Amino acid sequence: MVTMDTAFRIERLNIFYGEKRALKEVNFNIPAKTVTAVIGPSGCGKSTFIRCLNRMNDLIPVFRLEGKIEYDGMDIYSKEIDVIDIRRQIGMVFQKPNPFPKSIYENVAYGLRIQGIREKKTLDSVVEESLKKAALWDEVKDRLHDSAISLSGGQQQRLCIARALAVEPKVILFDEPCSALDPIATAKIEDLITELKEDYTVVIVTHNMQQAARVSEYTGFFMLGEMVEFDNTQKIFTAPSNKMTEDYITGRFG
Amino acid sequence: MTREAYHKALKELQNELLKMGEMVAKAIKDSVDALKTRDIDVSMEIIKNDLLINKKRFEIEEKCLLLIATQQPMAIDLRTIAAILSIITDLERMADHAEGIARINVMIGKEPLVKPLIDVPRMADKGLSMLSRCLKAFIDRDADSARTICNEDDEVDKLYEQTYGELVHLMIDNPKVIEGATYLIWVSHNLERIADRVTNIAERVVFMVTGKMEEINVSNY
Repeated sequence: MVTMDTAFRIERLNIFYGEKRALKEVNFNIPAKTVTAVIGPSGCGKSTFIRCLNRMNDLIPVFRLEGKIEYDGMDIYSKEIDVIDIRRQIGMVFQKPNPFPKSIYENVAYGLRIQGIREKKTLDSVVEESLKKAALWDEVKDRLHDSAISLSGGQQQRLCIARALAVEPKVILFDEPCSALDPIATAKIEDLITELKEDYTVVIVTHNMQQAARVSEYTGFFMLGEMVEFDNTQKIFTAPSNKMTEDYITGRFG
Repeated sequence: MTREAYHKALKELQNELLKMGEMVAKAIKDSVDALKTRDIDVSMEIIKNDLLINKKRFEIEEKCLLLIATQQPMAIDLRTIAAILSIITDLERMADHAEGIARINVMIGKEPLVKPLIDVPRMADKGLSMLSRCLKAFIDRDADSARTICNEDDEVDKLYEQTYGELVHLMIDNPKVIEGATYLIWVSHNLERIADRVTNIAERVVFMVTGKMEEINVSNY
């Protein structure tokens, strides 16, 4: 196997919401430019985990983190870190598509505009490039100034991916990106995720184990706030080492 | 425990495999017994019943595919189904070898055997014992037993060599027995192949339990 660069190094990560410990002593590395899936039953801490990777939990008042998350060698919870910059580098796509109530074009251009970029030529080319990468360009190129709300759910989700891509992130986090989509829209997003790993590090949280099996190279299984097993996806779904992983993926509990 | 219907179907599938195993074991045992007792009727029956074994194999295969298509089995369940798909092919071929022995008995017809059967029934007994323990290892998820069974194939190979040597000697001494002796060589070759097939099954049991493909004992034939 080719030695992979590490995107995230997670060391003794513990997360608390007030008194409640949501993650316990999580240690593992997320390799760069691959797709890593995080699976586990509801309440296992997988969403908490992925939201730590770009500091999306910061706004929760009772949230507390112990341990360390290093991204590209920097401790992303250190005081010197610019949170806005971290979130630009590490984009996120959520469960429900959340386009802004603006045009398709403005949704994608939004990130650039708030960075102060105004040249129409630049914006046009980034919008086109991002929509192409998100496999949406052909479907919307003739109606870029229509409202994003007029798109179907699957298209809206790809628009959100295009919006994330427009600010040139290095990592894209997907939190259950297909749970509100039909099978065809799901297949499109999955194809897209497979293409994205050429240029981006992708982390995806999913309830759908088949989806994890289809799109990821590595899979981590969380259970009651602990990382039970992390390995090649192929290994996890054909011959996991841990009995709990096996029981979960074969439907013996969960 | 969730997914009860699925796990029940998976269990039934394993019972079906055991049933097929019994059918095949009976065909092997009867084929050699019929040869020993010169019973053509029993041999004809084995030839006819081989179709039932083939049918059973297709039934099991279909059920495996249905479970894969509808339940997306993973891990041990997936390996079990993959093992079953492979094992039924081996069992079906073993039954063909039993049918082959039955056909030889029919071909020999009323002629007496060129020598009393001593090592041939031993080969059959050994093969049958390996098969029944192998299927038990499958149910018990016992990789160690399966590995042991693979190594027992050498005993069957030795019996085959011995029988082959004796029959060749008979032919050299008396060319009149060439036809009858050749028939018995075919019989013992069928039994040798049956034991080889058991080792295939044992390898699948090891794979099912450990997730690793291992070639445990490569036959010399």
